[in-house]
Amino acid sequence: MPGVRRLPRILIYAVLIALSLFYLIPVYVMMVTSFKGMEEATLDRMWELPSSFHLESYAIAYEKLAPHLLNSIYLTIPATLLTAFLGSLNGYVLSKWRFRGANTVFTLLLFGMFIPYQSILIPLIQFMQSIGLYNSIPGLILIHVVYGIPIATLIFRNFYAGIPMEILEAAKIDGCGMMGIYRRIILPLSLSGFVVVAIWEFTQVWNEFLFAVTMTTSTQQPVMVALQNLSGSQIVQWNVQMAGALLAALPTLLVYIFLGRYFIRGLLAGSLKG
Amino acid sequence: MRQKEQWLAFLLVLPSFLAVAIFVYGFIGWTGAVSFTEWNTLVPNWSWAGLKNYLYLFNDLRFQADLRNTLVFTVFFILLSAGLGLLLAVLLDRRIRAEGWFRNIFIFPMALSFIVTGVVWQWIFNPSTGINLLLKEWGLERLPQWYVDTRVIPGVEWGQISFGIPLALIAVVIAAVWQLSGFAMAMYLAGLRAIPEEIREAARVDGANEWQVFRKVILPQLRPITLSVIIILGHISLKIFDLIYAMTGPGAMFVTDMPGVYMFETTFRGNHYAQGAAIAVIMLILVCALIIPYLWSNLRRGVE
Repeated sequence: MPGVRRLPRILIYAVLIALSLFYLIPVYVMMVTSFKGMEEATLDRMWELPSSFHLESYAIAYEKLAPHLLNSIYLTIPATLLTAFLGSLNGYVLSKWRFRGANTVFTLLLFGMFIPYQSILIPLIQFMQSIGLYNSIPGLILIHVVYGIPIATLIFRNFYAGIPMEILEAAKIDGCGMMGIYRRIILPLSLSGFVVVAIWEFTQVWNEFLFAVTMTTSTQQPVMVALQNLSGSQIVQWNVQMAGALLAALPTLLVYIFLGRYFIRGLLAGSLKG
Repeated sequence: MRQKEQWLAFLLVLPSFLAVAIFVYGFIGWTGAVSFTEWNTLVPNWSWAGLKNYLYLFNDLRFQADLRNTLVFTVFFILLSAGLGLLLAVLLDRRIRAEGWFRNIFIFPMALSFIVTGVVWQWIFNPSTGINLLLKEWGLERLPQWYVDTRVIPGVEWGQISFGIPLALIAVVIAAVWQLSGFAMAMYLAGLRAIPEEIREAARVDGANEWQVFRKVILPQLRPITLSVIIILGHISLKIFDLIYAMTGPGAMFVTDMPGVYMFETTFRGNHYAQGAAIAVIMLILVCALIIPYLWSNLRRGVE
């Protein structure tokens, strides 16, 4: 643009490329190390490319993590679906049918998304033990659904705020009730809202560690706990650790690669005001 | 709304509301109660201990180190993440080529678990490998000890600990910034894109140069974004647990310990339930100091 002094383009690209390289360091280390053979994965050759392509570290890591990957799948999918459904219902009511005190209810719900979970952990364990769900995947599902309600409600409430009231008024005149409008008008319009919430919840639950490590033992453990055990163990070689880290990260990475646009929307929606 | 609809609407959110009432508010109350008891053994002991657990913590070397570390970590983590995020957003907002690629590279760490991050960065900052191999090759003689460094700079005696910046935290801050600066970037980029181009043009017509446009026009517009970024990153930082647990553990002299790690270890490894509850209550109070003004102002705005 004439007359306007701007940063030289070349400098912008140089900075962006340099920073990109910094962001990719861990990916490089993970990839390079995980494809090395046992004798090559030594500490002093960390940055070198593998001289030949090996998959044995993946085989070992997979053997150790496979049952826990399965646990994580059984945990994440129902938890995500239930949270999204409840969030949608709450968001609909709290944005379109604001009963007296609705804002207060919403704020009280919202608080739950910020608390450090350490502050509810001791009673939670006692409670789960007393209802017989301690150390079980259904128990973890219940926990993730309850503590996922606040953010799912927030995202859906913001999402539905964009649907004009006139549509609802028209449906009311046609004789639709609160639930009729939800089923016939709101739900069909909610697809991208569900995608955003589902991706967000999926990532959160898959990556979560504190509940997983305190609520489950051995065979019930989700993959992140198993990965932490793998890396904490002295006898596991570090190329296996890297392969394990990549395996455990793969589902959320794939979701990010293919549906990144929605992931970022969830990221922003979860932080902007209601 | 008619009376009947009011009730129906309330009934629909009631299950969620009750669940949160019990699992959040009820359990917080319960934890608070535990923190005032003598329950520091495996078997619950509900006899009243008053402030004993809190007094113990505030005189405890480890907890004092935790408070120091939380303060240092939070400040550096927020400053660096927000600063780097703003820089990246400003650069990406310059209509550059391959913007989508760059954006994806800066945000993808957000999709990873802190455990994965911790496992990988632990090796990168391991003093006998990783970054230090490169530094050695470049001729550096006194290699940094990263997260095993026990020095605290400047190290003023304060209570049981020396107060200052524990050098071991640098490595942890870098890993955390790597993971979450993309969030700040996404927030700032959305903010920048929402500022109409006419405002910038108007300032330029008035003779402002690019730097002045940024300082006087853009930055003030981004203030609400900065507030959100500080609150989100701040509350993550105050309750951080997984990253430390996977990457460094408490460290020698507790140089990388955090309240979240102490709470976990003392409660579930040491069976000091009442002490763990007291740590949890203090963590909650710290987070509340950050969150409640924010929620309150949102509520007020919602009512208007």
